[in-house]
Amino acid sequence: MIAYIVKRILGMIPTLIIISIITFIIIQLPPGDFVTSVQAEIASSGGGMDATAVEAMRVRYGLDQPILVQYWKWVRGFPKGDFGYSLEWNAPVWDIIKGRLMWTFLLSGLALIFMWIVSVPIGIYSARNKYSLGDNIFTFFGFVGLSIPDFMLSLLWMVFATIVLGFSASGLYSPHMVDAPWGFTKFLDLLNHLWPPIVIMGIVGTAELIRIMRGNLLDVLNQQYITTARSKGLEEKIVIQKYAVRMAINPLISVLGMQIPKMISSSIIVGLVLSFPTIGPIFLRSLITQDMYLAGAILLLMTIMLLVGNLLADIALAWIDPRIRYE
Amino acid sequence: MGNKGKSEYIRKLYEQQSTLDQSIARQMMNSERLAFATSQWRMMWRKFVKNRIAVLGGIVVLLFYLIALFADFIAPYTLQQRMDQYSFLPPQKIHFFYEGKLQPFVYSLEGTRDPETLMKVYIPDHEKQIPVRFFVQGESYKLMGLFPASIHLFGTEEGIVSVMGTDGQGRDMFSRIIIGSQISLTIGLAGVALSLLIGAFLGVYSGYFGGWIDNLIQRMIEIIRSFPPIPLWMALTAALPSHWSPLKVYFAITVILSLIGWTWLARQLRGKVLALREEDFVLAARLSGASNWWIITKHLIPATMSHIIVISTLSMPSMILAESSLSFLGLGLRPPLTSWGVLLQQAQNIQVLLLYPWLMMPGFFVAISILAFNFLGDGLRDAADPYTV
Repeated sequence: MIAYIVKRILGMIPTLIIISIITFIIIQLPPGDFVTSVQAEIASSGGGMDATAVEAMRVRYGLDQPILVQYWKWVRGFPKGDFGYSLEWNAPVWDIIKGRLMWTFLLSGLALIFMWIVSVPIGIYSARNKYSLGDNIFTFFGFVGLSIPDFMLSLLWMVFATIVLGFSASGLYSPHMVDAPWGFTKFLDLLNHLWPPIVIMGIVGTAELIRIMRGNLLDVLNQQYITTARSKGLEEKIVIQKYAVRMAINPLISVLGMQIPKMISSSIIVGLVLSFPTIGPIFLRSLITQDMYLAGAILLLMTIMLLVGNLLADIALAWIDPRIRYE
Repeated sequence: MGNKGKSEYIRKLYEQQSTLDQSIARQMMNSERLAFATSQWRMMWRKFVKNRIAVLGGIVVLLFYLIALFADFIAPYTLQQRMDQYSFLPPQKIHFFYEGKLQPFVYSLEGTRDPETLMKVYIPDHEKQIPVRFFVQGESYKLMGLFPASIHLFGTEEGIVSVMGTDGQGRDMFSRIIIGSQISLTIGLAGVALSLLIGAFLGVYSGYFGGWIDNLIQRMIEIIRSFPPIPLWMALTAALPSHWSPLKVYFAITVILSLIGWTWLARQLRGKVLALREEDFVLAARLSGASNWWIITKHLIPATMSHIIVISTLSMPSMILAESSLSFLGLGLRPPLTSWGVLLQQAQNIQVLLLYPWLMMPGFFVAISILAFNFLGDGLRDAADPYTV
């Protein structure tokens, strides 16, 4: 098992190198650089920059050097946890994003847990009551949830919260709570702002998980060992919980790898609409201002998050399902 | 019973049994011939039609594309037609009966400002009805971009008819949504078509030949798929130069969307082809001297056709969703191109939403089209395998 994990981690290194190169190329794609975007911003507010100031700025940021040198300067800091320097914020990238990364991580993780808590019981119910009214209703609402874009759900929630509940749904705290001293009421306010993005992010994947859970359990319930278990007089509850669900849950873990990118994407959009301090708002801003090291580091870190998530899903699967052989 | 009687009895028994066997065999042959007589496509169609919700999804999809095709005719106004005196007009109610007769009409509107909030308010004048007529003369347009015309499906001769309200510049939301559907619905199609072209070719190739090419393609897919989609799309669309023409941006977005889209298709088709490659009919074709190209185009691609259709239908929702999300964030299409996502840009602000909630309408069209495609795709997926019940 440990050999398998080490092998998987080592196998990720070439992938990471290629990904860092691709990321850097993508970030370099827009015409112009950070200095041009600063110039444009100054020009739009009526000011101007002379050519020597522009050149000096380029030299200071190292933007005058060849692409390869710039790339090398960027990647060599990675092993030390140095992700470059944000040109716009005048601060190390890591300092700017670490708090936001934590929120992204927290929201995505909680949304995944929410999805599992909701979809596994519904999937079991749907499989045991195939084609019943409840099964059809769950399937229908699952599809509806799957089809409403997450930004739309966020907008609807904001309007609903303001009109019906009379509280401001954007941000981490209500406006009057932002400067309040830390206490129980503030904590409650935080919770009130925390659960909607989690539910919104979770709704999208729930339908898919219900479907997979239902299908798997139906397959498993037709197998002979279930018939054996029933015929030897085991309680139905034990047959389902200990025999069938135990088996049917494995594919759910293997689709975890497919759910993680969706959660990351969703956390960006939901974060943007609900002005939540996820990585989303700052990523959008860095792309527009061409703050290349910041944008590049975010794209790269999210990709790493995805790779690590996949790795964890694979390890969990190997751990939970002894039939899986790791070579 | 003597010995003779016994053997007679056995023979009788045997004859009975053999006639029974024959009749069973005949029945089996009949049913088999019946199965042969129905083509696979017909079986799929039968199974699909039984799934009512999938059929409903299909009808809605068809309807949406029909509306998109004749959008300029169905919309009472053109895309950029401004009616400045009616800015931020809430959706109007159309009354269908006038003094007991079927005669749709709307009330004439009087625009004033609320003295306190300074917001524009519209007071319907219940004395003055404006009939809503069919096939009225309006602003001229080009149907499907080809045929000049100026007849609109419905409209009024004076005042305004706006079933979904207007935006800040007095442009009719209904008309803009209907015409915007052309871009929202075709960019998905174009994206899927391009993904299909790349994905089907590389997937079938990869599965059929195997070896180092297969390895290379699979590594490529792995690398692309290790990026989370929305951030990757955001970074790529942010790189589009702002001076590009709308048409160029449209195609660039299509290419960007299919950049990830093809990988899924290629994976699915590769798996399918890997299985088909070992089938007898491929061996037979090869033994009769068919070239690889012939086998791929005449045998493998038709054999995977049903899967290609299912996968394409199922990838439509993510394309529509991606386009509207990106445009909503201001990274995708930009005005004057008008898609549902572009229309939703003005609904980003909570203050605006509270004052003018009808600006969210395009979002419901996004949701309904995605729902319809999901139902359709799900039904097709079940139907594509007609042999299991």
